[in-house]
Amino acid sequence: MTDTVLSVRGISKSFGGIQAVRDVSFDVQKGEVLGLIGPNGSGKSTLFNCVLGQLRPDSGQVTINDHKVANMRASHLNKLGVGRTFQQLSVFPQMSVLDNIILAGQEHKGSMASRLFGPSDAGLTRAADQMIAFFRLEHLRDEMAGSLSYGQQKLVDAAMAFMAGPSLVLLDEPAGGVNLTMLGSLKDRLETYNREHGTTFVVIEHNMEFVMSLCTRIIVLAEGEIIAEGAPEEIRANQQVIDAYLGG
Amino acid sequence: MTRKHVHIAFAVIALALLIFVPLGQKNYILYVLTSWLMFSIAAMGLNLTLGYAGQISLAQASFMGIGAYVTALITLAGYHWVFGWLAAMGLTFVIGLLLGYPALRVQHHFLAFVTLAFNTIVFLVLRNEDWLTGGNHGLVGMPRPDFFGISTGRNLQFYYFVLVLFVISAGVFFWIVNSPWGRAFKALRENPVRAESLGVDTRRITLLAFAIGSAFGGGAGAIMSPLVQFIEPGSFALIHSLKILLMVVVGGAGFFYGPMLGAAVVILLPEVLRFTDGYYLMIYAALVIVLMVYSPSGLIGIGQKLMQQIRPRQEVRKDMAKGAQL
Amino acid sequence: MSEFIQLLLSGLSSGSIYALAAVGFTLLWQASQTINFAQGEFVMIPAFFVLALSVKLGFPVWLAMPLAIILSVLILGALFKRLIVEPMHKHGTIPLVIATIALGILLKEMVKEFYSPLGQPFPSLFPQDVFSIGGAAISIPDIANFTIAMGTIVALQLFLSRTRTGRSMQATAQNPDVAEILGVDIKRMVMYTFLINGALAAIASILITPVYLAKFSNGEVLGLVAFIAAIVGGFNQIRGALVGGLLLGVVDNFSAAYFSSEYRQALPMILLIVIILVRPQGLLGTSEGRTV
Repeated sequence: MTDTVLSVRGISKSFGGIQAVRDVSFDVQKGEVLGLIGPNGSGKSTLFNCVLGQLRPDSGQVTINDHKVANMRASHLNKLGVGRTFQQLSVFPQMSVLDNIILAGQEHKGSMASRLFGPSDAGLTRAADQMIAFFRLEHLRDEMAGSLSYGQQKLVDAAMAFMAGPSLVLLDEPAGGVNLTMLGSLKDRLETYNREHGTTFVVIEHNMEFVMSLCTRIIVLAEGEIIAEGAPEEIRANQQVIDAYLGG
Repeated sequence: MTRKHVHIAFAVIALALLIFVPLGQKNYILYVLTSWLMFSIAAMGLNLTLGYAGQISLAQASFMGIGAYVTALITLAGYHWVFGWLAAMGLTFVIGLLLGYPALRVQHHFLAFVTLAFNTIVFLVLRNEDWLTGGNHGLVGMPRPDFFGISTGRNLQFYYFVLVLFVISAGVFFWIVNSPWGRAFKALRENPVRAESLGVDTRRITLLAFAIGSAFGGGAGAIMSPLVQFIEPGSFALIHSLKILLMVVVGGAGFFYGPMLGAAVVILLPEVLRFTDGYYLMIYAALVIVLMVYSPSGLIGIGQKLMQQIRPRQEVRKDMAKGAQL
Repeated sequence: MSEFIQLLLSGLSSGSIYALAAVGFTLLWQASQTINFAQGEFVMIPAFFVLALSVKLGFPVWLAMPLAIILSVLILGALFKRLIVEPMHKHGTIPLVIATIALGILLKEMVKEFYSPLGQPFPSLFPQDVFSIGGAAISIPDIANFTIAMGTIVALQLFLSRTRTGRSMQATAQNPDVAEILGVDIKRMVMYTFLINGALAAIASILITPVYLAKFSNGEVLGLVAFIAAIVGGFNQIRGALVGGLLLGVVDNFSAAYFSSEYRQALPMILLIVIILVRPQGLLGTSEGRTV
């Protein structure tokens, strides 16, 4: 655990007169599962969007795998090995589960032209089937993604984020709205994937139980600043964190 | 695999019908059939743009117009039709790219109006630039091409010539929508933000959806020149773009056979509703509204719904799967 | 100079009427994401309500006009929403776009078949007199049209910003979820928007039709102009639609006088494309409206 996958340096961002994020810095090492938590309005989402290159910070810099991400298009970021999931449901409802997952891999194979003129599959179906098996979605492979249950769609969303073999995956409230049974299998799959591939995760989440059990390290934001950082058990015991949550 | 076989069998039967039905038919029937094939090609292109990639274009008739005029000018200058055809597709492809660019800068449904404005501008240019387009009088006397000594001058021959072009176009269309590009088009339609985050260059894909769809329009226009042998600006006015749009939507946007079915309905309905006299367009518009309320996926969508009621197998299986999972 | 003033005034006059249609267009978009392709026909139709009531049924014109406005509010407002927009909303935007395109054709054809395919003379509310200020001939209908159209828009703006109902409507347009939490009856607010659009279209119709003749095809240009005005001004604001409408009216008038008349029709389109390339959010718009 020596190489830094994500480096956030002195990020500040304000909207109008409101300082959403103030001088935040942290590093994430390969294979880490970092949780980013904080009460509503703590600046998590703003920070997350700066990391994704969707928002341009007023000052500071985000580097992922040694690339600066400011003002980068999402597709470009994805090609640098960054996968993500979305807070709201984000599958392609009128496409089969298989097609959803193949799509997530195809843009990483060959050139634009080869995707029309070259072989149309090039091992993608096999890779997608492996991913489907990993998430235990075999029985839904040929169903339209939109006809799946909420939790199942969340699994498809995660499978898509992993399909291109990313080095960093940003999970935006993966547990939101997922029932308990499904939550267990989602957590299990994420942990297994992390263990098997050494993929780095950054997780934004409201569900404390989920974050505490999934993450190896947690950063707590309040009013745009980092107020605590450490292993889950340290965070749980931190008085400042408890105050921030009760006060917020 | 069985589903694939059904599809192949269907395509073979359809093709056989297209080959044998016109034999011995009167000129008028041949003309209607040929123009159905031609509009099917134009509608196919729009189906790619609208049905697969989810971008509304109201300029398909103007692309047909550009294709028709380019082909007319080239063939009237004495060159073979093939050059006109290639130039028509190439030019409309490039114009599609250029027109798509401003489209990227506005929310995607406003794009409809950009294309609408474009159609109006093309119409005005065709009408006003007499030196090139013949103005209101249009262009006449475009020759029908020969291929290896075989003339397409007679209507039946010309029908088969267009049928070949139709099959080529349908083949290319099928190939595109089943390639990774086709998947990317659908992803753009379904959820552009998610598509972008998975590495799909949505700008490029939007432009391509536009350009390819437009090129099909140009290709259809290249057929119109020798088919009608008289073109004038009025044939490419906005109402014709709307007509092609209706073909796609009525048939079923996003389905392979949708535009062909839609083109048949739009072209044949006036014949069927001839007894209604001037009320034809009214009835048609009202039907479209009703169709949009009950089945936005068009006639093919209705067909699918009916099929599902006959065979509810899939629904049951899905419920069971959910029960097992949760 | 006097010609310039003349052209400017008559441009502002027709521009203010375009603005009425554009404002309605914008309101519908904000309240319910309805892109109404039949907006031009919505402006064409009320004139025929007036004609049907006065010419065919013998009502006096002063009564026919308010009745036509009421009819428009009911048919182009309430009925449009109930029968077309509401059942289609769950399907997303594209089917609704297609349906309004079909509705436009339907209205046009109905007028053509059931009333007349020919242009009909339409009574003007004002004397056609012209008076002269410093050599510039100024027509009374121009001044009156401008005053009424602007007055309507100002009244609408006041209604939206000063009354409780108006503010609820704005809240609904900006953030329906929050508005609902705050206890706003959002369904009713959206309905009000449709009713207002019906009324605006009717007023625009009564003002603009005497300038041309009442004809089934009048909506083709008007609809396009209304939309272009809305985009050029900045789609999400009443002020934007107003500025866009006035600008288009003036540009159109000057181009007719100083520019090739053959391409006069193309000028608004060119303006539209230029604006989209240079300033996609519109003249007064904020860039929030953009996607990706």
